[in-house]
Amino acid sequence: MARLAQLNRHFHQAVPHNRALGLEMVELSDGSARMRLPYSADLVGNPDTGVLHGGAITSLMDACCGAAVFMKLIMPVPIATLDLRIDYLRPADPGRDVLAHATCFRLTRNVAFVRGIAYVDDEADPVAAAAGAFMLATSLGPAATPRSQP
Amino acid sequence: MSERLIQLLTEAKRTNQPGRLTEIIPYARFMGLSMRHVAGELLGQLTYSDMLIGNPALPALHGGTIGALLESTAIFQILWEAETIVLPKTIDITVDYLRSGRPVDTWAKGILTRQGRRVANVRVEAWQEDRTRPIAIAHAHFLILPGEAGEGETA
Repeated sequence: MARLAQLNRHFHQAVPHNRALGLEMVELSDGSARMRLPYSADLVGNPDTGVLHGGAITSLMDACCGAAVFMKLIMPVPIATLDLRIDYLRPADPGRDVLAHATCFRLTRNVAFVRGIAYVDDEADPVAAAAGAFMLATSLGPAATPRSQP
Repeated sequence: MSERLIQLLTEAKRTNQPGRLTEIIPYARFMGLSMRHVAGELLGQLTYSDMLIGNPALPALHGGTIGALLESTAIFQILWEAETIVLPKTIDITVDYLRSGRPVDTWAKGILTRQGRRVANVRVEAWQEDRTRPIAIAHAHFLILPGEAGEGETA
C-alpha cells in the first residue's frame, strides 16, 4: 500500500492532467491496472443530468491503458498511444466515481495491445469499454513517437 | 434536452455564436474548450493550459485531452448542422494519434459524413500550427434520437 501511495504521488507529479482530473491509481498487478476518476461538478458534460463528459472518461481510459502496458513491460520504456477506441455502453451515474480496469493482453517487440472497461459499482455492468494499441520505444530510439507517455 | 438548453441552442444558432454553447458545459469550461467560427468554418478550440499536459518531459498534451477536443467538436458539429434539436449521444469514438500534441492551442474540424435517421457518422481532425499536419484524427458514431433518453454517453 505504501508503494501504491508512492506511485500515486509520482503519477500525479509527473502528469499534470492526471492531477487536474484527480485520477488515482487503485491497484496494479502484472499487466493490469485499476484507476479511479473521482466525480466532480467540473467534469460534467450534460448540465441537465450531471453525467460526466465523455472526454473525462477518455482521459481515464488512456491513462489506465497506458499504466497496464507499463505493468506488462519488464524494462520500462517510453510508450505512445497509437489508437484508442471507446464504446460508451451507458451513461455514468451522476455523482458517482468511475473506475477503470485495463489489461495489456499482448506485448510484441514494437506494439502493446490493451483492453479495458470503465464501471461504477460492478465490472459486469460497465459504462464504457476501450481497446487500444501502444507503440513501444526501441533501442533505435523513441517508437515513431506519435505521443509519448511518461 | 431541457427547455433551457433548447433555448440556448436556438439562440446560439440564430445569433451565429457557437461559443455560447460551450459556455454552459462545465467540462468545456474546465478544459478551456470552445467552438468558434473562423473564416466561415465551425472549429473547436482547445486553449492551451499547463494542466492539459500528459508528458512534461517532451512536453506533450495528454491523449485524453485531444480525445475530448475531437469528441466535443464532433458533437457540436451535429448540434449545429442538424435541423431538429437533439442531444447526440456518443456510441463510440476511435482516435488515431499521429503526432505528439505540443503545448500550444489545438484546433479541430468535424465533418458530418452521414446523418441517418438514428445515427450520425462524424470524422474529426485536430491540428496545431499547421493544418496540413494533423496531430490526431477520429471517427465516431452518435445516436441522434429526438427527445429520447437512449443508451450511451452524453456530451
